[in-house]
Amino acid sequence: MARSKREIQEINAGSMADIAFLLLIFFLVTTTMDVDTGLMRVLPPPILEDVPPPPPVKMRNVFVVLANSADNLLVEDEYMQVEDLKDAAKEFIIGQPNNPGNERFPEFKVSEDPLIIKYFGANYLISKQIVSLQNDRGTSYQLYIAIQDQLATAYSEVRDEVAMNQFGKKYKELKESKSKVDNEKAKAVRKLIPQRISEAEPKEIGG
Amino acid sequence: MQIRKKGKKTVPPVSTASLPDIVFMLLFFFMVTTVMRETSLKVTHVIPKAKEVAKLERKSLVAYIHIGPPLKPLQSIMGTEPRIQLDDAFAMPSDIATFVESVKAETNEAEVPLLTYSLKVDVKTKMGIVVDVKQELRKANALKINYSTSKIIDKATTL
Repeated sequence: MARSKREIQEINAGSMADIAFLLLIFFLVTTTMDVDTGLMRVLPPPILEDVPPPPPVKMRNVFVVLANSADNLLVEDEYMQVEDLKDAAKEFIIGQPNNPGNERFPEFKVSEDPLIIKYFGANYLISKQIVSLQNDRGTSYQLYIAIQDQLATAYSEVRDEVAMNQFGKKYKELKESKSKVDNEKAKAVRKLIPQRISEAEPKEIGG
Repeated sequence: MQIRKKGKKTVPPVSTASLPDIVFMLLFFFMVTTVMRETSLKVTHVIPKAKEVAKLERKSLVAYIHIGPPLKPLQSIMGTEPRIQLDDAFAMPSDIATFVESVKAETNEAEVPLLTYSLKVDVKTKMGIVVDVKQELRKANALKINYSTSKIIDKATTL
């Protein structure tokens, strides 16, 4: 026999790259990589007919934001630009706990929450603030999101300030911290300054 | 000089044997980091921007509601006014209850309270249609919503 040892032929791997490229391109086309971010909100539960309406809230505790169909903003009966909303809301949320007679700012009450007592003491005053947002059906979505964003920023900045004064850390650091104690502190801050954004049923305000 | 006989020095060809490995590496990277596209969009939307955004975790627990003007080729039939898209089809606000039910039915019962409804709405949309959608979601007891917004990269706040 001429050939005593038959060698196994090597498989040509030259086209392997092409196959892999084909797969790669398939995945590039059919998949998405966008990281979804957004403003999280919780809608109020549906109104049941036989449940009595909640007790009315005192007007001085409510920070009223109105947006009309021409994208104008009326905040506490004053015309305002959306960029200024954050500072106005912040001022309202902080309020003036030492000056309860001022009708411009919300009332305060002593908290009985055990978590707040644990971290802030028994006589810490918490604000009864509520932000009320009402928009027209003709308001643009852009303005609506800008308002929501400004209000959310106002709340998070107030929380940051409180957390910084009390614990020397920002609220976000506490919340994302690995330690249980820090998470509890974040919860206390959240209870101290609850994000209360109430959205009225939309009306045709017009304008 | 016996060692180098012939004068011409040829550069050996670059080995392409590792090319498949490189491409496979890329392939695996994309397979791991991306998610399969579930619907093809029939509406266009430019998502608004905001600062206080939160990341949406667990995409399997997110249902999308798209609102925006129909794509160019569909405008002759559907008009240019913003429309709602659920799954792969145009819908009316009254269809949302059925949509929510089907999403809930597909989800593990224990995870139903964690379901988030992401509203992807075009910036130029008027609030009327968004309000209708929100009211329908409320009626269907789908309360966790997310206004999809991209993050503004603000240098002043990152300092």
